[in-house]
Amino acid sequence: MNRFEPIIVGFLCNWCAYEGADAAGRARKPYPVNLRVIRVLCSGRTDPQFVLEAFKEGADGVLILGCHPGECHYKEGNFHTLKRYIMLRKMLMQFGIEEDRLRLDWISASERDRFVEVVSEMVERVRELGPLVR
Amino acid sequence: MTEKPKIALYWCSSCGGCEESVVDLAEDILTVSEMADIVFWPVALDFKYKDVEALNDGEIAATLINGAVRMDEQEEMAKLLRRKSQLVMAHGACAHLGGVPGLANFFERQDVLDRSYKEVPTVKNPEGTLPEVQSVAHGRELELSGFHDRVRALDQVVDVDYYIPGCPPTPELIRDAIIMALEGRLPPKGSVLAEKKALCDTCPRRDSRPERLRIKEFKRLHQTEWDPEKCFLNQALICLGPATRGGCMARCIHANMPCRGCFGPTDDVRDQGAKSLSFLASMIDSKDEKELERIADSIPDPAGLFYRYSLASSLLKGKIPG
Ligand code: SF4
Ligand code: SF4
Ligand code: FES
Repeated sequence: MNRFEPIIVGFLCNWCAYEGADAAGRARKPYPVNLRVIRVLCSGRTDPQFVLEAFKEGADGVLILGCHPGECHYKEGNFHTLKRYIMLRKMLMQFGIEEDRLRLDWISASERDRFVEVVSEMVERVRELGPLVR
Repeated sequence: MTEKPKIALYWCSSCGGCEESVVDLAEDILTVSEMADIVFWPVALDFKYKDVEALNDGEIAATLINGAVRMDEQEEMAKLLRRKSQLVMAHGACAHLGGVPGLANFFERQDVLDRSYKEVPTVKNPEGTLPEVQSVAHGRELELSGFHDRVRALDQVVDVDYYIPGCPPTPELIRDAIIMALEGRLPPKGSVLAEKKALCDTCPRRDSRPERLRIKEFKRLHQTEWDPEKCFLNQALICLGPATRGGCMARCIHANMPCRGCFGPTDDVRDQGAKSLSFLASMIDSKDEKELERIADSIPDPAGLFYRYSLASSLLKGKIPG
C-alpha cells in the first residue's frame, strides 16, 4: 500500500525560518518534500484566515515558523502569532481538526538542522493522523 | 394606468423574526404597497406556489428571501423565485450567512435527526421513527421534503443580488432596500446594504474603547456587573463590534448587551470568526504559554461564539466530517 504523503503548508518568516530553510538547502540537507512554503514578512502576518484557507484548500497540516521570542524584526509580531495560535488550535478542534495539525515554532536564520528536524517531525505527526478528509 | 412593479417575500429555514421585521415597517408598509404589488408572501397573504409558477420569468421586480437553506422545498422555492425575479435579496442573517441555523453544521446530519426526533426529553418516539422522503402510512404514500447534509446560505444555492444583513435587519434597512430597488437606485450588485465600516465606528461607547487593551481573562456576562457607559472590551467582556459590519444603530449596545456579530463581516473580511479570534487574541496581555492557555480557556465555546451567525458561509463551513 502506498504511504500517505501529507501536504503541509508552511508560513515562514522572511527574516529567520525562511533563511533557515535556505541555509538547509544550501548545505544540501535532505528534508521531506511535503512542505509547501509561503514566505511572510513576519510570522505575525499569518492571519488566522490564511490557516483556515490552507485547510480548506487541501492542507493536512499547517506549520508557522517565526523568529525566536525577543528577536522578531517588528518587536511583538511573533507574540501576536503565539496568542492567536493558542486560541486557534483550540477552536480548530471544534471544527474536527486535531490540534497537532497546526504547529508554531521558532527557528533562527542559522538553525538549519532545527528546521529539518521540525519539518520532519511535523510530517511524521500528520502522517500518523492521516489525511484531513473534506 | 400603468401596472405597479411586483415584489415577493419568502422564508426558508428561519425563526420568523425577519417576517416580524417586515411587519415592524408599520405605516411604511403603506409606502411600499403604494409603490408595488406584493404577489407572494406566505406568512401574510394567500397566494400559492402555482401563482408564482404562472408568472413570467423576471416578472417580479424584487424578491426578499429570508432563512437558510436545508430542505429540498426551500431550494426549489429559491430557484423558482430566482427565475421569476429581476432581483433577489438575501433578507436577514440566515439568508445572508447561514445564521443561527447554520450552527447545525457543527454536527452531522444523523446527529441532528437523532437529537430532534429521539433524544430531546419532550419527544416520545419509542419506535425511533425518523422523517423519510417517501413513506407509507395507513396504506397511503406520503412525501416529505428532503433534509440536506448541510445548512447553506442563500448565495450557495442561487445567485443573490443584494444582502440585507441582521438578525433581524432593522425595518429601516428593509424599507430602504425595497424602495431603492423599486426606484433603481441600488449600489453595485453583491453589496451588503448597510454601513461599510465596523460597528465600533458608530457605537455610542466608542470613546471609551482604548487604543491598547490588556486583558488577563475574558469575563462572561453572568460573572460580573458592568458599566453601562463603557466599551465592553474595556471591561474584559467580549464584544464583536470590531469584527462586525455597522448599520444596526448599535441596538444591542443601546440595550446594554455586547455585539454578537449578526450583521456579518465587513467587505474586506472573508471569515468573521477568524477575524474575531484574531482581534481578541491580540488584546491578551501575556507572553507565557501556560497563562495564554488559561486565558484562552476562559472562552468555553470559541467557535460557537465567533461564528454564531456566519458558520455556513465561513471558510470551513462547519465541522469536518469523520
Ligand atoms: S467593542 Fe463593542 S462596546 Fe466597544 S466600541 Fe466596539 S461595538 Fe462599542
Ligand atoms: S449590536 Fe451586533 S448583534 Fe446586535 S444587532 Fe448590531 S450587529 Fe447584530
Ligand atoms: S520578523 Fe520573524 S517573526 Fe516577526
